[in-house]
Parts: sequence; structure tokens; C-alpha cells
Amino acid sequence: MKDIAEIRADFPILNRKVYGKPLVYFDNGATTQKPQCVLDAVDEVYESYNGNIHRGVHFLSDMSSEAYEKAREKVRSFINADKREEIVFTSGTTGSINGIAFCFGEKYIKPGDEIILSQLEHHANIVPWQMMCERKGAVLRVIPINDNGEIILEEYYKLLSSKTRIVSVTQASNALGTILPVKEIIAAAHHINVPVLIDGAQGVQHGIVDVKTMESDFYVFSGHKIYGPNGIGILYGKEKWLSELPPFQGGGDMVDKVTFEKTTYNELPFKFEAGTMNYPAAIGLASALDYVSGIGRENIASREKELLSYATSRLSAIEGVNIYGTSEMKISTISFHIKDIHQYDTGMILDKMGIAVRTGTHCAQPVMDHYGIEGTVRASLCFYNTKEEIDTLAEGIEKVKSMFA
Amino acid sequence: MTSSEVQDNIIEEFSQFDDWMDKYNLLIDIGKELPVIDPKYKVKDFLIEGCQSKVWLYPKFDGKLITFTADSDAIITRGIVALLIKVLSNRSPQEIISTDLYFIDKIGLRQNLSPTRSNGLLSMVRQMKLYAMAYNVKNI
Repeated sequence: MKDIAEIRADFPILNRKVYGKPLVYFDNGATTQKPQCVLDAVDEVYESYNGNIHRGVHFLSDMSSEAYEKAREKVRSFINADKREEIVFTSGTTGSINGIAFCFGEKYIKPGDEIILSQLEHHANIVPWQMMCERKGAVLRVIPINDNGEIILEEYYKLLSSKTRIVSVTQASNALGTILPVKEIIAAAHHINVPVLIDGAQGVQHGIVDVKTMESDFYVFSGHKIYGPNGIGILYGKEKWLSELPPFQGGGDMVDKVTFEKTTYNELPFKFEAGTMNYPAAIGLASALDYVSGIGRENIASREKELLSYATSRLSAIEGVNIYGTSEMKISTISFHIKDIHQYDTGMILDKMGIAVRTGTHCAQPVMDHYGIEGTVRASLCFYNTKEEIDTLAEGIEKVKSMFA
Repeated sequence: MTSSEVQDNIIEEFSQFDDWMDKYNLLIDIGKELPVIDPKYKVKDFLIEGCQSKVWLYPKFDGKLITFTADSDAIITRGIVALLIKVLSNRSPQEIISTDLYFIDKIGLRQNLSPTRSNGLLSMVRQMKLYAMAYNVKNI
């Protein structure tokens, strides 16, 4: 594995300063930084072979189309899907979930049907289902969590019933870092023939994801959270489901024949890719996946585990710091609050010290409701972070305490 | 003092410091001078939407001048609203409406407290001007 200095040198932005201080980037849960190879891959599209995919007969269009389809193949092998037809490009996790919630609702949902989510969901895995429920007269059921920030599996098993039509849960909580027992969740749902969507937005970048052994029916994630460009996301769906489901958007490229009387749709995966897709970002994502594979996903996971354990012990040693989300199974995300100090004040001062964290509810208000709090400070780490940066955060927290005492 | 004089004083106070940490310490101190809202007005009606921290702002109009009192659960936000109150409180609705808040840019608040939902600076300004407009209409 590359050493940390080499890794950091791959990410140009990590060298910059903010307010005259070296940047400490601990907001990887919101978006990750991009290695040079990703920036180069996207540049190369525009500099040397940009042409709209699947349309032109010309050289550039062919080249772009080929690179785009290679990117699809790269994603397929990265998550170990069976077929390239099962990989749909979208705008991001939010786009993927909205798409599935819409077309699944249109196809299968009747009044009184139930959708199961967990209390750990990001708003992106709540609101699209809620919108569908309102349209269809269906009901959301929520798996509760305990004070460690873990879902209560027994409660989930009780929620599963003949009314359940789909289960949609996150692989890891963006607000607390908890990793969910997705295998158990999926197995129980499959036992009663209910499909499961896994929101991999906070999962795919932290270790090996294998949709085949996981057996999820749908798996979605965003490119920009796995060191790829913004504006590209993935919707993986088992072929059986994607074939049955109607498209969620209409437009060019997703059609077979169009007349004003009737349109027939293109084959998978194009049925779900209406209009010009963000192919430069898809190509950039392929480069990001190559980069991640090059570092090694086991290496990433073990390095992040080490960082999490160091950060947890450093932060919990500070008087007044309370960590939310204390599960044994966590991604490298730490949500905390300093006693009597508003998270916004903490975030503003850390920012002036060059430390980028997120503050607030992290688009997961139900999680905050569980603890009866209005927000936390979230440090989301990844493999390019260092123990020295964690020390800087600890010093920053002491500084915040001294300023607001 | 005119609102411009108050703004010029604020700009001068902040210009003593180059370091952002010092500027924030000043902001925290200014927050301590905030004319605090009567707790009975710390209710939803006087809560400003669009802030990551809670801000309550209460306007009192005596027929000529509007005075503002406020509070926030975040100390930096309290400093920001205190600055706005220094400039805009105890003035006529017309004056509040027409005041150009140039000090925000000059002391770097706009760049460093980004005009997004996170700090609510713009929501606070908008709310103060809206109250002034409402009283202005009543006054005609």
C-alpha cells in the first residue's frame, strides 16, 4: 500500500490552506476529494474525445460511448453485479432512490401497503418514499434505534408482514456512522419475498461491497462520495426487478420506437437512462474506482478503522465531549457535541482553524429526534486523513471550549 | 449616531484584527451586549427561519421608532444579530428600509459567514426589513 504521504499527494486539494492554516478535511461524509487521476480522466473527455454517447455515427461519439460503457462495466465488477444491464447511471443516490420509489410505487403499491425504513435514514431515503406513500395511500413503518445508534433488529422482524412491499435501509448512518446488519435485514425480508434497497451512499467507499453475497435487490450510491466526480450515481437493480419496473423518466435514448400513439422502451439498462447522461462524470467515476482498487479496499477499511479508533479515544478523553453513535460497527464517522456549546459555534471556530466539519442535523432529523438534540458536529474521516489531523481537531475542540466557556 | 456612523465604528473595531480568531472573539464579546429579548417572546412567532441556530427577534414600535431585542442559542449568531441591532435598532421604519448594510462586506462577514442557510445572516436582515416595511405601511 502507498504510504500516507504518497496518498495525500494524489489529492491536490489536500495541500491547500484555509485562513492560512493547513486544511484538515473531515467532511468526507458530505463529499470526498478527488485524486488527480479522476480530474485528469474528466479533463481528457472534454479535451480529446467529447461527443454525445449512443447517438452520433462519428468518431468522437463512438469513443465517448465506449468509455461510458467501460465505466459501466467497471462499476459492475466493483460491486460484483452479475450483468452490466443491472447497472444504471443516475445523478446520484438521491436520484436513484427517487427513481425506484417512483416506479416501484407505480408498479406495485396499493393503498394500505407498507414500506419499511429505519430511523437512521438520510432524508434522501425517507422523503421519496413518503411522496410515493402519499400518492399511493401506502404507509411508512420505521425500525427504531437504541441509544448506541443501532437499529433494533427484533423490532424490524415485528414490522415485517404480509403488507410489507419493500424495505429500504442505509448501509451506514451518515449522521452517526453506525453500520447496519444489512445481511440480516435482507435475509428476513427475502424470507417473505420482499425486496430490499440498500442505500450505499455511506457504505461503498469504506470497504468491499458485493451485491451478490449481500443479495440486495437494489443498491445505490453516489460517485462524489467515493472520490469520483459530482453529478453521477449508481442504481444497481437485479435484472428481474429492472425488467419488470417501468421507467421513471422519459426522453431520448431510453426508447425503442416512438409514435404519438405509443412508445416502446429500449432494453436494459438504457430504459432507465433518459436524456443525455453525465458521461464525463461516469468516466471519472470509473477512474475513481480504479484508484480505490489500486489502494486496496481492505487497506482502506483497516486504515479507516485505525483512524476511527484513534479519533474516538482522543475525543472521548476531552471533558465535555459527548459522542453520539457508539456502536461497535461503525464507518469512520464521529458525531459529537461539546457540553453547553452550540454545534454551530463549534463548527465556525473549527473552520477558522482550517478544520472542515459538518454541523447540524446532517439531513437526518429523525436521528436527532431520538436523542432529543438539535444537531451535532460531525467529523467524517477517510483513508487520506491522518492521526496528526485528529490531534489538530482535538486541539481545536479545546480552543472552542476556552472561547465559549 | 446615524446608522452609517455606527457601521463605520463597527468596521473600525474589526479592522484592528487581522486574525479571524480575534475577530470572532470580538463578535462573541459584542454578543454579550445584545439587548436580550423578553423570554415571553422566545416563541415560534418570533423565530427566524433559515438558521442552523435558533434566532428570536422581537420588534417594538412606538409609532416613530422600532427597537429590536433578540437572542440566539449560538453565541456567534448572538454576536451577528447584536451587530445588526446596533445598526438598525431605534430607528424609523423608513430608515431601516433604506439602510445599506455595507459593514457586512467590509468586516468580511459575508465571505466568512456564507450566505447560506447555515448562518441565517441574510434571513435576519430580511426579517428586520420586513418588520420595518410592515410598520411603515401601518404608519401611512
